Amino acid sequence: MESKRLQEIVADHGKDPAQLLAILQDIQQEENYLPKETLKELARELGVPLARIYSLATFFSSFSLEPRGKHICTVCLGTACHVRGAPRLVDQVERDFAIKAGETTADRQLTLETVNCVGACALGPLVILDGEYHGNMNTAKLGRVLGSLKKE
Amino acid sequence: MTESQSREVTFKVDGRSLRGRQGESLLEALRRYGYQVPSLCHHEAVSPYGACRLCLVEVQKGKRRKLTTSCNYPLMEGIEVFLDTEQVVSNRRVVLQLLLAQAPAAERVRQLAAEYGVNDTPFEVEDPENRCINCGLCARVCKEVVGVEAIGFSGRGAGKRMVAPYDETAEDCIGCGACVFVCPTDCIGMSETGGIRTIERWHRKLPLKTCSVCGRHFAPTFQLNKFAEWTGLPRGHFDKCPDCR
Repeated sequence: MESKRLQEIVADHGKDPAQLLAILQDIQQEENYLPKETLKELARELGVPLARIYSLATFFSSFSLEPRGKHICTVCLGTACHVRGAPRLVDQVERDFAIKAGETTADRQLTLETVNCVGACALGPLVILDGEYHGNMNTAKLGRVLGSLKKE
Repeated sequence: MTESQSREVTFKVDGRSLRGRQGESLLEALRRYGYQVPSLCHHEAVSPYGACRLCLVEVQKGKRRKLTTSCNYPLMEGIEVFLDTEQVVSNRRVVLQLLLAQAPAAERVRQLAAEYGVNDTPFEVEDPENRCINCGLCARVCKEVVGVEAIGFSGRGAGKRMVAPYDETAEDCIGCGACVFVCPTDCIGMSETGGIRTIERWHRKLPLKTCSVCGRHFAPTFQLNKFAEWTGLPRGHFDKCPDCR
């Protein structure tokens, strides 16, 4: 991220160290992940030790310190989704795209992530593709949803 | 200190009536009266954290009696404390078994465990070489006493580790060695060779300053520059070692 853009984001939050979490979310929103150089610059900009930023960034699984794909596929593995077969959906994506959960394809097209419950248990098993929720998932439906990505 | 903290209160320990300050750490009050309560993660210079779970005691407040860590239990009027009850001892043994599984190479953990008759652990040992118990005392001292905060926890749950950012060189570290000094399990490591001080765990290497009078190495130059910055004292003040000043 360019220094100028980072300064804008920091200014939007009143240059307030208490807004660190929101600032990290904004950075990730634009960059898809939290680049190391940007976090180091943020530490200087906010006057917050890098150790504190790193702690926070590694604590929340919604933050990524590695570059992620253009598309992000999140499979819910909460209890309700789990018992309705969500692990099979993870297996399917892992096999079809030759990545493990948490990894990104070599062409940076797709990142596969798992979460432990998104609070929509009635829709389980649930897959979130690029922020869009797909409920009552099964392998056939997932194949159709992800099929469009494969062609790209 | 606020008024409520300085207020004197009366509490009981195994039936003996004692006095202390409202809100102070129960563990510190107990130790002041000479009671031996084991703990690894507590230091009176920093805020209590309750990480090692060894300073367990039973506290009765009104009708309720519960097991609690004493380091972060605020002293209050009328509480009754029971040390080394059957429940305390059996729970402390489990804590020691867990600590043994987490940090099997930590001498101090092994010693304490042996004192409680715990010589092996039923829990899975992940890393037989590990000595760190994730108590965070190093980071609390770095933040609260030194005022630097060069290190911190990464991750959470089973993946939680105390590291320098990115597990690379801790660039904010001034090499004071306070973390090395307080670490209860001696898992940080510091050495000085050829005029360089190394804090091993934080991958920090800093050249040492030579005293302009006696000529011995006494502190990292980086640290002395920080001191000059913080105190506003002239830089020349830090050219001499504390003995020659």
